[in-house]
Amino acid sequence: MSEIVRVIGNGADLADGEVPNELAEKDLIELFRWLVLLRTFDERAVALQRQGRIGTYALYWGEEATQAGALYACEDADWVFPSYRQNAIGILRGVPASTVLAWWRGYGGTHGFWNPRDHRVGPITVPIATHLPHAVGVAWAAKIRKDRASSLAWFGDGATSEGDFHEAMNFASVLKTSTVFFCVNNQWAISTPISKQMASETIAQKAVAYGMPGVRVDGFDPIACWKVTRDALERGRQGGGPTLIEAYCYRIMPHGTADDPRLYRDEAESEHWRALEPVGRMAEFLRRRSILDDAQEEQIRAEAKQLVAQAVTDMEAIAHPGQEILFDHVYASGRPWNFDEALDELHQVERPAEVKPLGPPTTPGAGEEGKTI
Amino acid sequence: MTAVNMVEALNKGLHEAMTADDRVVVLGEDVAKTGGVFRVTAGLLDRFGDDRVVDTPLAEAGIVGSAIGMAVYGLLPVAEIQFDSFVYPGFEQIVVHAARYAWRTKGEVPASIVIRIPYGGGVRMPELHSDSPESLFVHTPGLKVVCPSTPADARNMILAAIEDPDPVIFMEPKRIYRAGRQEIPDEPPFTVGNGSPNGALNEYLSKARVAREGDDLAIFTYGATVPLTIDAAEKLAREERVEARVVDLRSLYPLDVHAIEKAASECRRALVVHEAPRTAGVGAEVSSLIHERVMLDLEAPVGRVTGYDAPFPQFANEDDYLPSVDRIFAGAKKVLEF
Ligand SMILES: Cc1ncc(C[n+]2csc(CCOP(=O)(O)OP(=O)(O)O)c2C)c(N)n1
Ligand SMILES: [Mg+2]
Repeated sequence: MSEIVRVIGNGADLADGEVPNELAEKDLIELFRWLVLLRTFDERAVALQRQGRIGTYALYWGEEATQAGALYACEDADWVFPSYRQNAIGILRGVPASTVLAWWRGYGGTHGFWNPRDHRVGPITVPIATHLPHAVGVAWAAKIRKDRASSLAWFGDGATSEGDFHEAMNFASVLKTSTVFFCVNNQWAISTPISKQMASETIAQKAVAYGMPGVRVDGFDPIACWKVTRDALERGRQGGGPTLIEAYCYRIMPHGTADDPRLYRDEAESEHWRALEPVGRMAEFLRRRSILDDAQEEQIRAEAKQLVAQAVTDMEAIAHPGQEILFDHVYASGRPWNFDEALDELHQVERPAEVKPLGPPTTPGAGEEGKTI
Repeated sequence: MTAVNMVEALNKGLHEAMTADDRVVVLGEDVAKTGGVFRVTAGLLDRFGDDRVVDTPLAEAGIVGSAIGMAVYGLLPVAEIQFDSFVYPGFEQIVVHAARYAWRTKGEVPASIVIRIPYGGGVRMPELHSDSPESLFVHTPGLKVVCPSTPADARNMILAAIEDPDPVIFMEPKRIYRAGRQEIPDEPPFTVGNGSPNGALNEYLSKARVAREGDDLAIFTYGATVPLTIDAAEKLAREERVEARVVDLRSLYPLDVHAIEKAASECRRALVVHEAPRTAGVGAEVSSLIHERVMLDLEAPVGRVTGYDAPFPQFANEDDYLPSVDRIFAGAKKVLEF
């Protein structure tokens, strides 16, 4: 149970494992491209937050393998449900990166939200674990309609304490939905370590109680994350029901741009884990196999930079949404009578200035504190 | 006397309560080691130890439900909900158990818990960090719902809430957590656990407060809109020669009906201001009470300036949603010119 699936070694004492046959060289390069794109987006978003160009941001630096690896294993028809931590996953499915940035810039409506049916990517979910039953419902519906579509939801170690996690796990296994519960065990929920989150030895073992397989995988290894997700989806499609995946890794970075981990943990530990981060590790792996050279890597990085730079430009070209946005799309069936009265009331006074995101705290630990993400 | 902001005042109150009565325990997400994301519980772990100050697993139903169990056993738990909207997973425990334990046990075992909820907008945060859910609790018989707007009240009210045998939903207006400092006495106004001084509960938990004197218009509000309403009242005085009385409700359930009647009938015109959505909000209740009880004293129907019946917007538009000095001023003029 507690054996951790791993493919990529460290080029020294830890040997590389077998790359699954289905992953051709071009797949490995594509997977690397995804990792780099996610990394580039994340680093840029942090910089934008520091410059006061977007609001508080939940960075995922180091968790790219759990995102790209899992998504690469999905078929196009499969649905994925991110938490705030996988906020940019949609950009690998066709959601404009500018839309994700606009979400963090505090824009809603057509600027910051998207239609989950367009790319089979659920909305960014802030309340912990609450999207897991949705993933179950999607796969359940696909099953009722006899469609070949599975679902996958990402969530954290902390999320396994919420009731919604347990209800979703139970529904999925009772109804045998093709659902992958992808738990990113980065060992921290803000300041709370996994040891205070649960007394189970592993997260994977919680699957036993629900009668589904639970697997542990190296969360810094994109190929291993691909492999366990692919296996889980295969099983689900054959009618085998859901799987719980525990991607074991570490939250190398602060919880969010407002968080100061020095208040609650020894940062030397993060430094230890930083050496295992997935983007560099995948690059090394590809080099060891002569699949990637400097020029190609350079090009991949340049393309990612270009894409994200364009997204920043597009995001910043969005004009401050009008006050009507407050009342847009609250009901799909039309506007209740009081919305127009509310707008009239708003129009009677001078409009407040556009809200600017708060920049970084001026003194460490001040200002932005109290923001969870 | 010490000058403190609201966070420090709450922190002081919690220290005082925990010192006075060893039945008081503090639990919630990230409350111990870091002292909470807003630092309201900072220092408690070092002072009182990890039996009494607990970082719980991430589960609001668990936090509220186990706090109820501790209260049934005889402790006095103070639970923190990290942000307004994260109370919803704990909603069932609050509504079906905390609110009903006294009733279900012949009044002998109330769920003596305090649920602290930092709430409200204006803090430039992503979705679901800015809600004002107080009406959900006001609408639940068996709960008390209170909301301080000054550091002095915050300290007195947290002590009284802990002292109160009934479950108290303690709404903390996070936007004004650090808005300003106020001198408060070094010694607590009463000692928690010292034989339930009913006077203290009456004095600090259930009474409205006149935050600005005036006789031309009564404006009822609470939480983060109190300072905005005072600003609007100053503007009314400057520009319209109207003296508005600002009443900080402090207790949203039960409402201080005498203070409401008195201010409304003396001023003859009234307005209610809050951040929460309008429909079935606290403003609706205050307005109904005034119309039912002192209608003949009124010169105009009671007005409302509130958040809208829409989800709290993404933050770039939150200032469009929130009541502002200008909107309160305009709402007041509408009542005055009726
Ligand atoms: C229902 C709910 N409660 C509390 C929070 C506040 N909060 C935001 S992130 C977080 C920790 C989440 O930890 P984990 O599930 O491990 O995910 P990670 O942040 O590590 O990705 C908390 C408590 C929330 N967003 N939703
Ligand atoms: Mg975590």
